[in-house]
Amino acid sequence: MLHNSPALVPLLLLSTAISIPVLAIKKAKVAYPLAMAASLLSVVISCYNVFRVWGNGPLTYHFGGWFPPIGIEYVLDPLSSFIAVVVNVVAFFVLWHSSGIQGREIPGKSVPYYALTLLFLCGANGIIVTGDLFNLYVFLEIFSLSMYGLIGIGEKQAPVAAFRYLIMGTIGASFYLLGLGFLYIVTGSLNMADVRNILPLVYGNPAVAAALSFMVIGMGIKMAIFPLHGWLPDAYTYAPSTSSALIAPIGTKVAAYVIIRVLFFVFGVKFVSQSLPITDLIAWLAAIGILYGSVLAMAQKELKRMLAYSSIAQIGYIGLGIGLANPLGYIGAVLHILNHAFMKGTLFLVAANLRKRFGHSDISRFDASYRKKLPWSMAAFTLAALSMIGLPPTAGFFSKWYLALGAIDKGNWVFLAVILISSLLNAVYFFRILEKVYLAPPPAPAAGENLSPDGEKRKGSLIGEEEYSLMMPVVILSFSLLLIGLWNANIVKEVIQRIIPLGM
Amino acid sequence: MTSPEIYSSTIPLYAVLVSLIAAPLIMLSSRHAILREFWTLAASIIKFSLVFMLLPGALAGRIAAFTFWEISPGISLALKADQFGVFFALIASGLWILTSIYSIGYVRGLKERKQTRYFASFAVCLSATIGVAFAANLLTFVFFYEILTIATYPLVIHKETKIAISAGRKYLVYTLTAGALLIAATAWTYRIAGTLDFRAGGLFGDASFSPAAITALFLLFIGGVGVKAAVMPLHSWLPAAMVAPTPVSALLHAVAVVKSGVFGVVRVVGFVFGPALMHQFGLNIFLATVAGVTIILASLLAFQQDNLKQRLAYSTVGHLSYIVLGAALLSPASLTGGLLHIANHATMKITLFFCAGAIYVRHHKEKISELDGIGRVMPWTMGAFTVGAVGLAGIPPISGFVSKWQLGLGSLQAGEALPLAILVLSGLLNAGYFAPIIYRAFLKTPPVPYEHGEASYAMVIPLLITALLSLLLGLNPDLFFHFYRLAAAVSGSILGGIVP
Repeated sequence: MLHNSPALVPLLLLSTAISIPVLAIKKAKVAYPLAMAASLLSVVISCYNVFRVWGNGPLTYHFGGWFPPIGIEYVLDPLSSFIAVVVNVVAFFVLWHSSGIQGREIPGKSVPYYALTLLFLCGANGIIVTGDLFNLYVFLEIFSLSMYGLIGIGEKQAPVAAFRYLIMGTIGASFYLLGLGFLYIVTGSLNMADVRNILPLVYGNPAVAAALSFMVIGMGIKMAIFPLHGWLPDAYTYAPSTSSALIAPIGTKVAAYVIIRVLFFVFGVKFVSQSLPITDLIAWLAAIGILYGSVLAMAQKELKRMLAYSSIAQIGYIGLGIGLANPLGYIGAVLHILNHAFMKGTLFLVAANLRKRFGHSDISRFDASYRKKLPWSMAAFTLAALSMIGLPPTAGFFSKWYLALGAIDKGNWVFLAVILISSLLNAVYFFRILEKVYLAPPPAPAAGENLSPDGEKRKGSLIGEEEYSLMMPVVILSFSLLLIGLWNANIVKEVIQRIIPLGM
Repeated sequence: MTSPEIYSSTIPLYAVLVSLIAAPLIMLSSRHAILREFWTLAASIIKFSLVFMLLPGALAGRIAAFTFWEISPGISLALKADQFGVFFALIASGLWILTSIYSIGYVRGLKERKQTRYFASFAVCLSATIGVAFAANLLTFVFFYEILTIATYPLVIHKETKIAISAGRKYLVYTLTAGALLIAATAWTYRIAGTLDFRAGGLFGDASFSPAAITALFLLFIGGVGVKAAVMPLHSWLPAAMVAPTPVSALLHAVAVVKSGVFGVVRVVGFVFGPALMHQFGLNIFLATVAGVTIILASLLAFQQDNLKQRLAYSTVGHLSYIVLGAALLSPASLTGGLLHIANHATMKITLFFCAGAIYVRHHKEKISELDGIGRVMPWTMGAFTVGAVGLAGIPPISGFVSKWQLGLGSLQAGEALPLAILVLSGLLNAGYFAPIIYRAFLKTPPVPYEHGEASYAMVIPLLITALLSLLLGLNPDLFFHFYRLAAAVSGSILGGIVP
């Protein structure tokens, strides 16, 4: 069974997703434990996969015993196994957290929520692990359709936001499919490795350029890279917080992964950066997006909306790293996929905690009583915010560091300036909140002083926050930011540098 | 001097960690003032002892080093207690003990709120400062430098008034921008040199650059470390930050934080670029000009301040640039003098701030115009103030004279007369803005009799000790800590290109 492990995670998630609505007909309560079990198992398997890949090199699995290029192949190399772990781990924490929040956010909809979540994760894992371009499209549809659902079950405006994303997402997927069609006509193959070998023979064919452009535009929409980000702010804001916390760290990252995979591992570095300099275009758009997202984030009055715009900026970091098309930029981009998943996961989960506790996440109404009531959540928020700003020793600093090195390597000072300015803009919009949460006097006279900012005991309770399931995931996720930061060199050396695309 | 021997030791690590471990302990004892103060004092004493243990080795050219692990491929998070690091760490950790005692008197005297946050942040700041001192490479330096920025923020906004919060914002804007520039400079350096390890005499080796590139890189560095060193025009966060409680102004904004800035300037000049590059591209002239202008302007601005702490802040701005000037002149005596001034200015200025705080706690007076006759009720405090002020004006036998003498000598060694003139003028200006305070305090009669006398022992004793130190170090700069020997050794290693 173990040699099947590449295919195990998507299948496990798919089968659980299908069985949840059936098993939960009588008792809606079983949905949560089932989803948790599946998620935990997928974390375990994907970690196991990482170690196998680490020890034995890339793993492949041929569906139905059909060998590529005829059959569908699943490939676990250091990159895909790594991204799979990131996705599954973050998803696990969000699911853990959801037990405390779903009663408020999505009352009575827990069964569809968990089924959709698992379907969403199945799609994500499938996209990551597949070595077949068309199979990727199939998983992309599973992934996107469940994402529309996850957004749509939110508050009143959510269906509109979901519909908007549905339109844009479908256009994106169609672009990808169109590009894939072009590619298939020229190369006659759908297997990534196979296409990669055939492509150099037909680089001159204009259809290849068209295919590349279509695929990048399509995935660019999914990744919400500027200026294709229009669907994102509403979707993140109006989706239930628990969905936002799932979609923000995972949704766009998977698309970023596909872009990395398609650009560097299918078309080849040389082609995308020299023959058809699409990476330059991506880098410049990403740079604009970083500034655009950060500036708009500063203007937002609602926390989730602010985080959504901040996501646009952070996706820009990943885009910039991809666009630099050199090893350091690539390291920065892949590391930032991990870092941003953890940071945004933490931040959206804290937004969820705020909404549960206070019924809103309106920045102007924050005051110092918030951290007295949610000391640990706010401490986690602070840590994640410092990481977003990019202060050492948090993980965010190192994304910035590698991207800065990459920009200098490329000799592009504008990009370097953008990265640094963006971290200052991040500081502006996060300290605006931190100032309120730690310093703004509450409107009503609040008793109890002498509370340190780092979450001290409240009278009576040891922890200060009643609900462990709301607090622990947030604290663990944000604390990991420190660990990732301090030991990032191990991740970079053992995982990311093992699969620097050829020709960089 | 022979090439120093480097040995692996965990002492630098513990010296950094002690107060970092104390911070959570302080937080856990939030309900027990005594326990909280105990942790602070214990941490400060242990920290100082650990640093002091490194002193004999550093003097003998044996350098303790500790490497954590690789933090980015090819770059380790590493500590190295070289002579310069031990020098700075001694000053910061030694004065922390006195500041802790003083702080206890201060916060009790004013019944401050949020003492837990105060002491915990203080402890983290000191960890970061020692980290800055012992950083073996630029990335480690940036690491602790940024932690220092963030850990100081809660202390700046401690009072949580509107003014404090806006000062905090200003502080963050300046320091975080500086941090960004420093990161850019570090990344660029790594790209050019392929290493970030500090090396006396410069780390670039025989890398080649265009003049434009090296000037830009130097400007990035100076932008990065210059903010904390408060060179003009990057200084204006410092007077604003005076809104913080006085012990914070005393230790952090006269010693730890700002000295981390000038420490950074010296590291950049002597251990990143090195004298050869500085001379070759005229960077030393640029730096000396900035420092010279800052010295004069800051002294002039100090005249205008009626708020005592503001006046001291502008005085700090001026004196920090003495050190920068010493580094820029790059002659043996100027470097020695500049480094000595790190220590001397620290003991003198901390005395003055301690005095300002004692006056504030006991009499709630902040303005110089309100201090008529205060020397009669606070003779010890104002006596110490006089010692510090006289020293800053560069009058013997206080320690300020020694460093200034060396600086003057150094400017002649460098073949420049203008810096010497600036130093002399600045001495006069210093005397000019301190004299009225002393005159008022001792010779004018108070409009209404003062109700109280001296502040508590916890406050008076530390300030007497620092005043005494200023005097003793003026008589014998090598007393206790061998500051002079250390400074001369550092200066020699930078100029002699001896690789530690």
